[in-house]
Amino acid sequence: MNIDSIQNGVVIDHIKAGYGMNLYELLKLGELDVSVALIKNVQSKKMGKKDIIKIDADIELNLDIIGYVDPGATVNIIKDSVLTEKLSIDMPETLVNVIKCKNPRCITSCEQELDQIFKLSDKKNGEYRCIYCEAKAK
Amino acid sequence: MRSVIDIVDLTTEELDELIKTAVDIINNPNKYSEICRGKKLATLFFEPSTRTRMSFEAAMYELGGHVISMTDAGSSSAAKGESVADTAKTVSCYTDIIAMRHPKEGAAYVAAKAASIPVINAGDGGHCHPTQTLADLLTIYREKGGFDNLTVGLCGDLKFGRTVHSLINALSRYNGIKYVLISPEELKLPSYVKADSIKSKNIPYTQTTDLESAMPELDILYMTRVQRERFFNEEDYLRLKDSYILTPDKLKNAKADLSIMHPLPRVNEISAAIDDDPRACYFKQVLNGKYMRMALIIKLLKEAGTI
Repeated sequence: MNIDSIQNGVVIDHIKAGYGMNLYELLKLGELDVSVALIKNVQSKKMGKKDIIKIDADIELNLDIIGYVDPGATVNIIKDSVLTEKLSIDMPETLVNVIKCKNPRCITSCEQELDQIFKLSDKKNGEYRCIYCEAKAK
Repeated sequence: MRSVIDIVDLTTEELDELIKTAVDIINNPNKYSEICRGKKLATLFFEPSTRTRMSFEAAMYELGGHVISMTDAGSSSAAKGESVADTAKTVSCYTDIIAMRHPKEGAAYVAAKAASIPVINAGDGGHCHPTQTLADLLTIYREKGGFDNLTVGLCGDLKFGRTVHSLINALSRYNGIKYVLISPEELKLPSYVKADSIKSKNIPYTQTTDLESAMPELDILYMTRVQRERFFNEEDYLRLKDSYILTPDKLKNAKADLSIMHPLPRVNEISAAIDDDPRACYFKQVLNGKYMRMALIIKLLKEAGTI
């Protein structure tokens, strides 16, 4: 399968296979009026299979979202068809308005104007907890 | 502004200091009878409570202060859709300290972030109830003379029982504690509580469904109610509510100096026949709760520079 290389934009590479769609949705890439390619299950020597997202526009991405979904992903910035920058990704300490608390007893379930804030509670297991009710992010 | 939302907001030194103050209040009530003169406590109760609200109010009165109460959320601006944050900001204009109970988890945190005065969490859903833990700690301290080397049995709803989670967090800070966790399979202590407060500190514990077999080794038996309001499914509640009922017969192998505790209200987990047993401590907990709330109000108002 061939996908055109991009001239100016962003490539999110080395996404764990199966995580690309979640990242696509959380980054709200479907709302962009530019060419975006989500390629699933690409053969990879290192990973076996991986997902790749290519965005044909010079946009700023919320790296916290990428770090939350897959801290192993890499972000490559392309300018004039040349790789100009590789951004390092880490699990963010705090996630603000990225995911919603699913606990129906949480105060955020009835006070919609509150920011949805999660803190990294266990880096080893990539576990985040709601700062209000301490429920684990699902 | 310093608030107390969770028992983890208080260091071990602060817990010890609060106990010391409470004991001094018990021994020298006159010394504290005017310490909050002219100061006002707001009790904001968005869900029903008898003990906790009256305990806070009695505490403030015994410190010489005043109380303004909101006991029926239906008759307040909350019924018009006012947010917890706005309510806290508003009440900050009238009073010096807030004690708040709310059915939603995290509500007290939201109030504390918004308020310009100290907020004490008087229970936020199934999440935290730090002043119950303070009551429990003073009770254990007075009954046992300290916290070290106790075998503590926790029985009933260990899954949703917020008082159990907080008590475990507090007691795990002391030396030689051992836990016996007694519950039906469905209401076992959540793994994150075990991981955070027991396993990480290498504290010995056993899990069982059998209260009677656990009884002989216990220094403390902390009974809890299976709470209807924490279940989404009435069938599950009905199936589990009578899992453990403590009767005099079940105490026949218990230690002579066992302390039987319960955060109350009880439904039928402890037979009334046990109330006259000298080992029953649950009404002492109620009284101790008032003293610890007095100590906490003093501490937070002092830190805020109000008294």
